[in-house]
Amino acid sequence: MRTLALIKRIFFQMIRDKRALALMMVAPLLILTLLHYLFTGDSANPRIGVVNADSQIVKQLKNKDIIVKQYNEVTNTKKTLKNDDLDGFLEFQDNDIKLTLKNEDPSSTKALQMKIQQSIAAETAKKQVSNLTHFMGNIKSKLPNLPFTMETVNAPKVSTSYIYGSKDTTFFDILGPILVGYFVFFFVFLISGIALLKERTTGTLDRLIATPIQRRSIVFGYLLGYGLFAVIQTVIVVFYAVKILDIMLVGSLWNVIIINLVLALVALSLGILLSAFANSEFQMMQFIPIVIIPQAFFAGILPVDGMAGWLQVIAKCMPMYYGGNALQDIMYKGLGLRDISSDLLILLGFALVFIVLNIFVLKKYRKI
Amino acid sequence: MASIVVNQVSKSFGKKEVLKKISLTVEPGQIYGLIGPSGSGKTTLVKIIVGMDQASEGTVQVLDTTVPNLSLLQNIGYMAQADALYTDLTGKENLAFFASLFKLSKNEQKKRIAYAADLVNLTPDLKKRVEAYSGGMKRRLSLAVALIQDPQVLILDEPTVGIDPELRLSIWQELYRLKDEGKTILVTTHVMDEAEKCDRLAMVRDGVILTSGTPAELKEQFGITSLEEVFLKAGGKMG
Ligand SMILES: Nc1ncnc2c1ncn2[C@@H]1O[C@H](COP(=O)(O)OP(=O)(O)OP(=O)(O)O)[C@@H](O)[C@H]1O
Ligand SMILES: [Mg+2]
Repeated sequence: MRTLALIKRIFFQMIRDKRALALMMVAPLLILTLLHYLFTGDSANPRIGVVNADSQIVKQLKNKDIIVKQYNEVTNTKKTLKNDDLDGFLEFQDNDIKLTLKNEDPSSTKALQMKIQQSIAAETAKKQVSNLTHFMGNIKSKLPNLPFTMETVNAPKVSTSYIYGSKDTTFFDILGPILVGYFVFFFVFLISGIALLKERTTGTLDRLIATPIQRRSIVFGYLLGYGLFAVIQTVIVVFYAVKILDIMLVGSLWNVIIINLVLALVALSLGILLSAFANSEFQMMQFIPIVIIPQAFFAGILPVDGMAGWLQVIAKCMPMYYGGNALQDIMYKGLGLRDISSDLLILLGFALVFIVLNIFVLKKYRKI
Repeated sequence: MASIVVNQVSKSFGKKEVLKKISLTVEPGQIYGLIGPSGSGKTTLVKIIVGMDQASEGTVQVLDTTVPNLSLLQNIGYMAQADALYTDLTGKENLAFFASLFKLSKNEQKKRIAYAADLVNLTPDLKKRVEAYSGGMKRRLSLAVALIQDPQVLILDEPTVGIDPELRLSIWQELYRLKDEGKTILVTTHVMDEAEKCDRLAMVRDGVILTSGTPAELKEQFGITSLEEVFLKAGGKMG
């Protein structure tokens, strides 16, 4: 009953605090949208300049979506690169090829270099084949009596199939699921932590403790009161990500919501717990670089398997490691509830530990 | 049987000893006043009596129950020195919230909210948010919260600070009425004419009860006519 009174009060307070409400409901959507466009935007086609190139090579390059600009001669490669806004420059001199790359962004430069090398190799191979055929023809005409055929080797065709995703998979398809969970975690942590902190600093928690309410009723009241808003937030964020941003979702939407709700519960209990160790909003903010940001590193954006042993141990202490893993399993890999059940159980374990600690920490206020 | 029995209570914060072997007894139907300079330990003592803080040594019994006790809190009305209200809620929502933390039927809750609000003259302002209240209005709301469950024991930490004389008078009239009903009231105060209205007084200084008795006894003891002088004299004795 008293828990219910607490839930009701939190509900009224929350719907009046438009700012906190907006932060919780709208801010994650804004950031998700921004990141979505940042990661899925088509990168501009690379531009290169060529001198003395054979028209076949130019054709090959153009086939690979490279914009080719031909020059008759160039005196200062560096200057031309800069002035004509090129990403690279290819000079053919007899048998040598000189490639100059701007290298503003190493990863796109690598991709460009690869394409150029492929084009040149393909062209060279073609030439070789025609040379060889020519040579054979010559021999044949000179020795007409020789029984002689030449087998031409066709290049094997590689057909690619993907277990997860498709050839159109972008980085955001892997990142998206993690971000959804991360933002739910972050904003629930922040709002619930600061709310209980306010209760502490204004003395109302002290006042509450002078009524016959049990400590666990206070903790459950807070969990459920803010949990209500966390549920709404989770549903909004998940639906927005999946239906509007069209983040890849192979598995079931319900499983995604379940994972996020469990994550929100962990964040809620953690936020309330840590607020006990802060004396002001600013001190609460100080927990963000210590507790929240590192979670992002271990959520699966960077492959945890490749990390040093001790880093992997840290990763396994982070709720977001399990949350990110489960979300990727469902949204990207399309696995089912059974495959993520261990992740979910561990997350629930985190929540349970935090809740028990919360009830314990309130002893600071009242022994019974 | 005494309502409040404080027995040899000491309290330290770290190395600092704030209360030193305090003992006092308050009878039912008594208004007991704690007076003493700022920092003497009045609030600390009062919080220990409510059970919000733990005594380092000694025991407290309220209504024959050892503090702290959860169900005992149903019978203690506490008004903190600093207003602890939900400023983003209205006065009525504050009262309703606290009322719902006690064992009261819906009907009783309604009646008590109306009674408490009326007592402190807040009925017309109940629909306003507390952040729009003046200092005195907040003080009055805190008093109303303390009275909400019709408790047997009232513990009021400087209840009338920031309340105008007229309302103060009517609040004291109400305290007398509650006293006549057999309720026990413990108040801390700096205001000497209020101390005068108490049945018994204890003068606290540096965590020790210097002296206690009826207002008349105290005046007699120090051979003076006003409590103000008692306050100054008792203070001077230690200084
Ligand atoms: N939580 C605490 N930690 C450390 N010291 C404390 C704490 N609470 C109170 N004190 C100290 O205990 C002493 C008594 O404080 P208390 O609030 O009981 O005084 P008071 O008599 O109520 O004063 P006032 O009339 O100003 O309200 C003060 O010296 C104060 O610094
Ligand atoms: Mg005080």
